[in-house]
Amino acid sequence: MTDASITAEPPLRAAPPGPAPGRGPSRYRAGALFLLPAFVLLGVWLLYPTVYTIVRSFFGPSGYLGGWVGIDNYKTLFTTSSLVTAIKNSAIWVAVVPAFVTAIGLIFAVLIERIRWSVAFKTIIFLPMAISAFATGVTWRIMYQQDPSQGAINALGRTVSDAVTAPGVLPSAVPSTGLLQSQGGGLILKTPLHPGGVALLGLTGIAPADLPTGSKQAVKPATKPGDIVGTVWRDFKPGGGKPGVVEQGELGIPGVTVELHDASGNVVQSTKTDGPGTFDFTRVPAGTYQAGIGAATFAKPFGGYSWLGPSLITPSLLIAYIWIWAGFSMVVIAAGLAAMPRDVLEAARTDGASEWQVFRRVTVPLLAPVLSVVFITMIINVLKVFDIVLALAPESAQANSSTIALAMWRTAFSGSFDFGTGSAIAVFLFLLVIPVLALNIRRFRREA
Amino acid sequence: MRTDRKLAIRVVAGVALVAALAAVVAVFAGASQAGAKTPANTRVSGSVNFWGIWSANEQTAFQKVIAGFNKKYPNVTVNYTSKGNNMPTELATAIAAGNPPDVADVAQPGLVKQLVQQHDLKPITYAKTIISKNFAPAWVKLGVVNKKLYALLYKASNKSTLWYNVHSFKQAGIKAPKTWSQLTKGAKTIKSSGTPAYSLCGASGWTLTDLFENIYLRTFGPGKYNKLSAHKIKWTDKSVTKALKEMKQVIGNSSNLYGGRNGALQTGYPQCVDFVYSTPPKAAMVIEADFVANEILQATTAKPKKDFNVVPFPAITKGADAGAIETSGDEIITFRNTPAIQAFMKYLATPGAAEIWARLGGFGTGNLHVPASVYPDSITRATEAPLTKAKAAVFDMSDEQPAAFGSTAGQGEWGLFQKFLQNPSAIKSIQQQLEAAAKAAYK
Repeated sequence: MTDASITAEPPLRAAPPGPAPGRGPSRYRAGALFLLPAFVLLGVWLLYPTVYTIVRSFFGPSGYLGGWVGIDNYKTLFTTSSLVTAIKNSAIWVAVVPAFVTAIGLIFAVLIERIRWSVAFKTIIFLPMAISAFATGVTWRIMYQQDPSQGAINALGRTVSDAVTAPGVLPSAVPSTGLLQSQGGGLILKTPLHPGGVALLGLTGIAPADLPTGSKQAVKPATKPGDIVGTVWRDFKPGGGKPGVVEQGELGIPGVTVELHDASGNVVQSTKTDGPGTFDFTRVPAGTYQAGIGAATFAKPFGGYSWLGPSLITPSLLIAYIWIWAGFSMVVIAAGLAAMPRDVLEAARTDGASEWQVFRRVTVPLLAPVLSVVFITMIINVLKVFDIVLALAPESAQANSSTIALAMWRTAFSGSFDFGTGSAIAVFLFLLVIPVLALNIRRFRREA
Repeated sequence: MRTDRKLAIRVVAGVALVAALAAVVAVFAGASQAGAKTPANTRVSGSVNFWGIWSANEQTAFQKVIAGFNKKYPNVTVNYTSKGNNMPTELATAIAAGNPPDVADVAQPGLVKQLVQQHDLKPITYAKTIISKNFAPAWVKLGVVNKKLYALLYKASNKSTLWYNVHSFKQAGIKAPKTWSQLTKGAKTIKSSGTPAYSLCGASGWTLTDLFENIYLRTFGPGKYNKLSAHKIKWTDKSVTKALKEMKQVIGNSSNLYGGRNGALQTGYPQCVDFVYSTPPKAAMVIEADFVANEILQATTAKPKKDFNVVPFPAITKGADAGAIETSGDEIITFRNTPAIQAFMKYLATPGAAEIWARLGGFGTGNLHVPASVYPDSITRATEAPLTKAKAAVFDMSDEQPAAFGSTAGQGEWGLFQKFLQNPSAIKSIQQQLEAAAKAAYK
């Protein structure tokens, strides 16, 4: 309701006819007759809904009017935490988006003037404008997925992170008994070992499909004098099996790097397991040792950032929204740039101004009217932002990403049907837009 | 619509006697055997304007139900309009404009209550006899608001079900859980086998409330459940603490959820179902209602019994309460009262009207006289037949509550249970927040 009235407000004020050359009352009558259809439409679609919304905001939740509640709805607006969050978020939107969109548009517009293929470049940057905000929301939501195998942005993160530190072969494995404890990211068997001993390193939490190729039935190796032998195996068979015991049906894990630590914790030998998961530390001098598996085996792959989580959701939304509108801003500013008198720039350059000085002292001031158009348009757009939030934020983050317009719809039409509070939110939104509109109208008048 | 109403009034005024007669005939028609042929009733005429949430296949199925009605009442026209999920909004606006439909079906019992309190609905006392004949008292009660019968729960779904991947369970060597301890122990074994036990749909808040509601219902029975539902028990009550602790046994171990807690919070329904039936499976089970079957059959290649299967939600306390079922469903409500509407409402309460749709699948009913054999396959039989046998049936609690608390994305119950999933240790603080939100909504 109010949305419509917001966008159409200027024509409403601009509509009254200018002073016509008076030639008797019949002249006015004819004029009034011509204006009548427009006034009827404006009255039905703008004036009535606006007035009704304002009146409605002082009445209870349901029915055409409901009971009179005074300013209770406005109190609710500023005391309900979900509505306060929406107001805060809208403030963030207004603070961030217009400035960024204008700045990015300006940078693109100025830079694009100096390159070849500028039309192609402009087209590409402008393209997001051609996509509906809802579709953009859905697209970015997929790109923002936390699981790197689904979300493009986290997939990029994984590629980079994997290049720096490779993930281990058994990232999900956990020890099967309490004897095997984690230490520095790896696992270590707490049982002290001596030459001739056997180390059983049982792991669980490994899906059969994740076992390295060449895995065979696990065996407990026979003791060897002077050697410390052992097995690394998937200590699980259907039903669970006995933890810490190598049983029929349990598979060895080949290719795991096993380390032998001496009494002071230094790694004295390391070796790899074979198909049945067995390993052999040969010719171990007398003493007390511990066997373990290095941290590299269990290194977790990059899990992705929670772009859609409660804390990052608003920044994620802002990025997607700026991506849409940067093109609009660029095109408008580029048009302003094209219309700019070149001789002024040339004069500045001849007078010895650097390119930065020309940009800062000449281009930007001359572009100021255009920049303010973009800025003000963006403030209005951002105040009523709705669809992209609904589409992009998962339900679990909706509470954290809500905006005023979305809260209005939620309160009035989705679930609660509290038309009173909904109207109050609409009126509040209307009040926020009015100063911006007034600014806009004043500028229109000046330009006219 | 206006003229419809005038026409309807004229019908009431003009043929009141005939109408009364027709009502008697209709009662007898319902009372006689479901399959028995009754002569077509041509005396009742008029039209019924029906707003439904069913679209696509469901709409086709319901059109067949209407066709069944027209065989009995050839002179009544039922105009079905699908409003989809916009129903509450459409109704609210239509009522504000003084122009509601004759009959509508809604999925939110909370909305029915709200409409009764606003005096928008007409009681369906005329259909009480036939409804009581065909439905167990627990089901009749679901349509009662302020001691009067206003709604018929025509299409019900069983929300107390647990779906599992047969291969994952086989690989872990465990059987489908019958009790809560079997479930929690089994989940640990599944995790050791290398697959996370649960796929949670945390981004869809209602799935989390469903889980809590099932736990609460199976722990404390329908009596307490309905009290909590009506906010006669506070959310800070000890019973809620206990149920949340039990829920923590499921959601508490992040590594036993696919994607961990953060991943679960971003997974919505039905994506969570697909995870269980992908190859290789990403999780072993998903706890949601009977409609999970649709998703499995449509979105995955899994075959019933061979790849996927279903069991009732595990029993927590022993005794009669163990078999109580949580249901959600589509309730039929009326905004006017004409002979045509009366005839249609009574027809919908007959076993015949339920059987037509039940045979087509995707339909459940508490109608006692609908035999299990009408359901098209074994899975549907397994999920829907218990509806008639259930000793107690309760509504989905979040649906029954004021929408601001029970069913608005990101706030109230949905939002707070998502917070609970994020931090399952904060039971006390969640309870306090739930109570505060409930208080505000019930004011």
